[in-house]
Amino acid sequence: MGVVMTTEEIVGSLESGMTIGIGGWGSRRKPMALVRAICRSPLTGLTVVAYGGADVGLLCAAGKVSRVIAPFVTLDSIALEPHFRAARQNGTIEFTEYDEGMFMFGLLAAAHRLPFLPTRAGLGSDVMRVNADLRTIRSPYEDAEELVAVPALTLDAALVHMDRADTRGNGQYLGSDPYMDDMFAKAAARCYLSCDRMVAPGELDGPPQTLLISRMHVTGVVETPNGGHFTDSGHSTDGGPGRDEAFQRHYATSAADPQAWTAFTDRFLSGDEDAYQEAVRRWHEEETTR
Amino acid sequence: MSTTSAKSATSSTDVTRAEICVVACAEAWRGDGEMLAAAMGTCSVLGARLARLTFEPELLTTDGGPLLTAEAVPLGAPAGPVEGWLPFRDHLWLVQNGRRHVMMGASQIDRYGNTNISAIGAWSRPKSQLLGVRGAPGNTICNPTSYWIPKHSTRVFVPKVDMISGVGYDRAAELEAELGVGASRFHDLRRVVTDLGVFDFATPDGSMRLVSVHPGVDVEQVVAATGFELVIDGEVPQTRQPTDEELRLIREVLDPRSLRDREVRSLRDREVPSLRDREVPSLRDREVRA
Repeated sequence: MGVVMTTEEIVGSLESGMTIGIGGWGSRRKPMALVRAICRSPLTGLTVVAYGGADVGLLCAAGKVSRVIAPFVTLDSIALEPHFRAARQNGTIEFTEYDEGMFMFGLLAAAHRLPFLPTRAGLGSDVMRVNADLRTIRSPYEDAEELVAVPALTLDAALVHMDRADTRGNGQYLGSDPYMDDMFAKAAARCYLSCDRMVAPGELDGPPQTLLISRMHVTGVVETPNGGHFTDSGHSTDGGPGRDEAFQRHYATSAADPQAWTAFTDRFLSGDEDAYQEAVRRWHEEETTR
Repeated sequence: MSTTSAKSATSSTDVTRAEICVVACAEAWRGDGEMLAAAMGTCSVLGARLARLTFEPELLTTDGGPLLTAEAVPLGAPAGPVEGWLPFRDHLWLVQNGRRHVMMGASQIDRYGNTNISAIGAWSRPKSQLLGVRGAPGNTICNPTSYWIPKHSTRVFVPKVDMISGVGYDRAAELEAELGVGASRFHDLRRVVTDLGVFDFATPDGSMRLVSVHPGVDVEQVVAATGFELVIDGEVPQTRQPTDEELRLIREVLDPRSLRDREVRSLRDREVPSLRDREVPSLRDREVRA
């Protein structure tokens, strides 16, 4: 069962060198408030496991990452993530590059305490060349087919962002895609949940299939209103926060230029989460009056 | 909407290159029947929906997100009535299942149809980090795959790709030799559509063949824009013109805002592509799928 924690307590319970899975997909429903808190922490040398977006980019920019395990890193409406690109091109991080399906099988294997799961995905591609420790396995049945044995992506901790959660750590999503968040939760020794709104147990209204994450997999839960900003909640059509495209453009433009990036971090990332949300609000005010 | 009221769209003389491309993309799904038409890039998405509205009515198409729409919807339109749900996890399972024909982008492609969307230069420290392999390895080894490349040039059509994300015919043949007959039995590259012509791999060794050139393009132009030797047998026909009904559907129903013209520009503009355009496959938000 999860206990209610602060973002600082959650990040304080993590250790340098850990393997940390981050839910969401690209620039969608990322636990950005927790990511921003890691950026402010003394943690270093993390292995980050994600369908990557600005989470990976920000952590790379803050020097927190030694290895990224991912099938892509993208901001969706902006194809390439500038900080991830820079980290790769400057050689400051290691990269384990998997196919999207392989990656899911790695999570599924870890979630079910299996050492690996077999798939055809990867065969014939350079994923097998650049990950020299990947192995294949032969079917023991008559077909004798040789398949990729995707190793379990076992996580020390997982961070996921839900629309709602209760104080026990049950998590609910209101969008149209759960991404792989429940798999991240199950693949991890500890899962921490952030949510836009926290309610009392029994007050998560809505269809039961929206209850994606169970408290049995959750260690800590924190309310972080708009904590997925600037990524897409996946239900902007019914009033949820959509991707803040204007701010994402500002992020990407700033990230591409060292001086602009310094100004960006000074303005948005030098304080706590409340300061961030307030700085973003002011930035939008300025943009609309300009 | 009346099918007869609009004055007819058109005479073939004012058909744009983008419209030729949309129809050429649509043709990729001809004969597929009841399977998912997964598309990336404007002309490819339009092609999938056009095929469904005309000669391939059993196809399944999406809203660009996780919803299978009851009817083919206009580009960027809300899903409207829905006939199914395909969040990323199920999309990735569908790749393994095979009832899916994807048309992807490529930053590099070689004569055997190996493609790269991962990184330019040495993988260990790339000159230019792109998206990552995404779902390309699994797509190409598990289900039919075609490509849509909006800007045909020697930067994209290269002798050898830097990182094999999508598997080509030479690699598929090597797999059969290394792992046993049947190892690549689901590998099936169908066609490549570019702004200059249509290509397939119907040659003894699976190397790329020029199938047709678009109206206004000559064979020499295609050869000059291709960094490897194309198979050209005899007279190369022209890509077919859209029918009046197809033009009406493209212009009045599927893409009234002419987003297709932003992807395939007039020939005058072709000489000065931006850096980003040269290196990144065409990706629209929410059309970025496995």
